Amino acid sequence: MTLTAMIAKMSEGLGRTCAIFFLTLLFSLPLGLLVALMRMSKNKVLSSVTSACISVLRGTPLMLQLIAVAYGPFYLFGYTLLVKEKLLAIIIAFSLNYAAYFAEIYRGGIESMPVGQYEAAHVLGYSKHQTFMRIIMPQVVKRILPSVTNEVITLVKDTSLAFTLAYMEMFSIGKQIANSQSSFLPFVIAGVFYYVMNMIVAFVMSRCEKALSYYR
Amino acid sequence: MNILKIAHCRKQFDGKEVLSDISLTVDEGQVVSIIGPSGSGKSTLLRCATLLETMDGGALRYLGKSAVRDENGRAVYASHAELKEIRTCFGLVFQNFNLFPHYSVLKNITEAPMLIQKRNKAEVYETARDLLKKMGLADREDAYPYQLSGGQQQRVSIARALAMKPKMLFFDEPTSALDPELTGEILKVIRDLAAEHMTMVIVTHEMAFARDVSDHVLFMDGGVIVEQGNPEDIINNPSQERTIQFLSRFN
Repeated sequence: MTLTAMIAKMSEGLGRTCAIFFLTLLFSLPLGLLVALMRMSKNKVLSSVTSACISVLRGTPLMLQLIAVAYGPFYLFGYTLLVKEKLLAIIIAFSLNYAAYFAEIYRGGIESMPVGQYEAAHVLGYSKHQTFMRIIMPQVVKRILPSVTNEVITLVKDTSLAFTLAYMEMFSIGKQIANSQSSFLPFVIAGVFYYVMNMIVAFVMSRCEKALSYYR
Repeated sequence: MNILKIAHCRKQFDGKEVLSDISLTVDEGQVVSIIGPSGSGKSTLLRCATLLETMDGGALRYLGKSAVRDENGRAVYASHAELKEIRTCFGLVFQNFNLFPHYSVLKNITEAPMLIQKRNKAEVYETARDLLKKMGLADREDAYPYQLSGGQQQRVSIARALAMKPKMLFFDEPTSALDPELTGEILKVIRDLAAEHMTMVIVTHEMAFARDVSDHVLFMDGGVIVEQGNPEDIINNPSQERTIQFLSRFN
């Protein structure tokens, strides 16, 4: 198999790699905010349960969580996942895991806001919701952007974990070729793919940071 | 007619009494200064009056409307809607400005009147620009807070409070975060407001300013009003031992 043939074959999996990446971001970013708010809730039960969930999701490997979501239904209810449900299982596992990390980033950002911002808004008559959406959140986004970039870069690389479920994204295809051709080349190609994707991520995120640099 | 009436206000922090039986009435057009050492409770009093802190006992009224009433020594707050209404009576200027850093100067001033008071955009912008002109910041409406000096930021925050057309203004040590040069420009703004008969309560460490601008001065220590009255008398000829001691450095 020639190098170009390998690249062409692996590129076919890029769509699925991107699907994992974008769908995970789409669900985990808002979910993370919700989890952060639950974690900071004054309701002790809610905040301790949320905090325990975050602890488990961050304290166990994502690969294990993938396996749990994919095969758990079989051991629990005797339900075997259909092939077309694989992506769903992956997105659920990834979104929960990343939401846990994002939640802690949001929480750090929200808790770092000076109390004076809340007080100024309060005295001017802003409701809690208006204060959060207009005054707090826009500033939090700016503060947490570098930490979010870190997670997003990790996510690009973590998409390769989908090979655990034999989901044919770019890395799983590469692994297959490597086995059948007894070649190391597919791993090199995969490395280049991930690196290029992360260059794009870093570029986009630095653009975002620049767009928010109009104030301090 | 009195704008603000605080009666028998009490406040504890972790069992320690920081305000004990404080009563204060502010009439329309009156300027009241509160002086005293750090930890005397003067800022806490201001925060209770502006509903940022809840008092444990006592009553609070604005323009005759009850925000807090006393029931057997316990403070009972009015409903959420009533408090929202009452909050429009007053404005507060903070020690460290608390401008919204992600908003331009103009947006800092105009958002609340439009969003909260639902006032007409053209009218609010006109009001905001008039206020900025008055504050000597007519050319800075598009600047962001970080681009301004401390004194300019404080003037914007005064404009932000005034844009809500409050019946009275509170100042919580408005010059304590500023160097002496910038302090002067803020004191001048407050003097101008006093000349326009704006009703104000000012917590300050600027004794000469308190004496010159106020109609009434309170000296607080240990959570009580030790002495109050005519500014000249309090600051130049205090009668209480504690006041004399506190002002000895100044006099």
